Amino acid sequence: MARSRFDEQLAQMQSSLIRMGALIETAIAKAVKALMTQDAELAKSAIDADDEIDDMEKQVESMCLKLILHQQPIARDLRQISTALKMITDMERIGDHAQDISEITLLLADAVYIKTADTIPQMAAETIKMVSDAIDAYVGLDREKAQAVIRHDDVVDALFTTTRGELLDLIRADPANGEQAMDFLMIAKYFERIGDHAVNIAEWVVFAITGEHKSTRII
Amino acid sequence: MIKFDIQNLKLYYGDYQALKGIDLAIEEREITAFIGPSGCGKSTLLKSLNRMNDLVEGCRVVGKVLLDGEDIYGALDVTELRRRVGMVFQKPNPFPMSVYDNIAFGPRTHGITQKHKLDEIVETTLKNAAIWDELKDRLKKSAIALSGGQQQRLCIARALAVQPEVLLMDEPTSALDPISTGKIEELILDLKRRYSIVIVTHNMQQATRISDKTAFFLLGEVVEFDETENLFSAPRDKRTEDYITGRFG
Amino acid sequence: MKSRQRTKRKPLDLALAAVTYIAAGLTVAILLLLIGYVVIQGVPNLKLSMFSPRYTSENVSAFPAIVTTVELTLLSLIIAVPLGVCTAIYLTEYARRGNRVVGLIRITAETLSGIPSIVYGLFGMLFFVTALGWGFSLIAGALTLAIMILPLIMRTTEEALLSVPDSYREGSFGLGAGRLRTVFRIVLPAAVPGILSGVILAIGRIVGETAALIYTAGTAAEMPTLTGSARTLAVHMYTLSSEGLHTGEAYATAVILLVLVVGINALAAFSAKKLTRA
Repeated sequence: MARSRFDEQLAQMQSSLIRMGALIETAIAKAVKALMTQDAELAKSAIDADDEIDDMEKQVESMCLKLILHQQPIARDLRQISTALKMITDMERIGDHAQDISEITLLLADAVYIKTADTIPQMAAETIKMVSDAIDAYVGLDREKAQAVIRHDDVVDALFTTTRGELLDLIRADPANGEQAMDFLMIAKYFERIGDHAVNIAEWVVFAITGEHKSTRII
Repeated sequence: MIKFDIQNLKLYYGDYQALKGIDLAIEEREITAFIGPSGCGKSTLLKSLNRMNDLVEGCRVVGKVLLDGEDIYGALDVTELRRRVGMVFQKPNPFPMSVYDNIAFGPRTHGITQKHKLDEIVETTLKNAAIWDELKDRLKKSAIALSGGQQQRLCIARALAVQPEVLLMDEPTSALDPISTGKIEELILDLKRRYSIVIVTHNMQQATRISDKTAFFLLGEVVEFDETENLFSAPRDKRTEDYITGRFG
Repeated sequence: MKSRQRTKRKPLDLALAAVTYIAAGLTVAILLLLIGYVVIQGVPNLKLSMFSPRYTSENVSAFPAIVTTVELTLLSLIIAVPLGVCTAIYLTEYARRGNRVVGLIRITAETLSGIPSIVYGLFGMLFFVTALGWGFSLIAGALTLAIMILPLIMRTTEEALLSVPDSYREGSFGLGAGRLRTVFRIVLPAAVPGILSGVILAIGRIVGETAALIYTAGTAAEMPTLTGSARTLAVHMYTLSSEGLHTGEAYATAVILLVLVVGINALAAFSAKKLTRA
């Protein structure tokens, strides 16, 4: 192959990206588990994990910039590398949100939860799947999968609306629930944002495959 | 406006078919780049646009090349065709004579002999080629003594001196250093306002930097012809993709 | 090991170096000896009377021979150079590759250049002197020598034309110039130095020729006319030394010949420089 070294470096960058994806998936999973079990230790470890995610972002970023410098990628290569650059920003934000959730978990560590309904773990499960599918779609250049992620956002949005309704009912039932309800609303919102970031990633994956971002040519 | 309309052009060198039915429309006042691996026919097509292939023994052309609607392999006089369609070669090839005589060679060929007219042509073409300031004091000096980059810009000026409509360039910077290459690329972009330019290049970055449209050639055929930005960001054909990303073969 | 290798290699290196130095030294020595001998023997015999316009058996003046040499050289060149150059232009610029005529012309030229000059002399005598009835004459000699140098001029010109880069031709054609303009404005001027080196070689052959001239231009020692017999310096020298009466003058003539050759070559080199700069 004419550009085996380039291909090797590209593969290295992608494997770092996959590792970063795995890290954020674990971060979300830990955050939701700590929240549901009121496990302060786990929440702290989820917060610490964010530093590692930030490091990974820097690492992938540097790999992409070096590839641009050394290889002046065009066509498919250009799309894949610029997509990776855009993806890591969204992935880093997802990591931040997992951290934000764990910080709220610490606040609620000693409280008795007013809410036991399972919409929150459900949102966590859905968003983890979206994130992992989006990254899989990038690695496998799977346009179908990327578009499925984009469509799947509706499910997360619906779950958010349901959660919000439930929390409203709780406040109406007893205004004293208000404080905790606000915290849970924040958490639900963070998951909803994670879903949005997963959609952003999926949209860039579509660009990497087709050259079109949100159905328009951008170069 | 279409400048060159190439219709089902087939070209043979003896028994070997170098071009296998090319269809291509080259726009006026645009830079069209021809890319592709060696021996893909891009230089052959370029040369057939001002009939430089006539000089090759055993060369046979079938099909049509229309310049402003007129078939260049038909009634159009070759001398007139080559005046209208100038050519710049891979290696700078100034004639072994003075800078002035190099520029004046073309106009003299086409019957201009008055000194004041030639003086004027030499000055304006050197200015158009952005090399007047460097050469105005050396007009009577031999062109061979110039640097490679200057020689190539002189050759571009020499081609401009006969007031062509189209400039064909066959890898014009492949023998030059990056600074000279940069100057020539600037010049080409500047010339685009007045001339239609077709450039053969092996340098993908050069094609992306300066051309409006790019045609990718393979084995005597045009595989893909598109806006340069499209072709280099998201080519439609896998063979184009493989070639431009360096994964050819 | 290393030092052994060095000592082993050294003698061979030395021997080879010695051979080249000796060869070069020998060549220079022979040349110097030759020139020195001619000069030492010739210069004392140089007399002003040798440049008197009239040749008598008492005063064997070389002056008519000098004039004959210059005239014959010019005449032969005037005939052979345009012919040879034009033939070479045809062969390189016009004829298609693989053309039969081209092959024939090349073989003929090569054969001609390998023939000893006496054969040209014989041909000249049979054709110009006898068959055409011109008798021994300057023109018969000039034509014979022209035929003799024609292959040389042709081949050197051909090489010179072939060494002109094709990119010049492409550039010229690309500007719409035709073949004629390309050949005469671009290719030929670029080939001038090569052509001139051929001309210089040809001059050398003319000036040094005796055999072919004795049979065609004869040996008359008077001032030359186109249709009369005349002798060049080389022939003059040959006759003087074979007569055995004027050996001193023969050496003096050799000095004059030497100076003439150097002069002609300098002139040719000078004009080459002039022409290429233009």
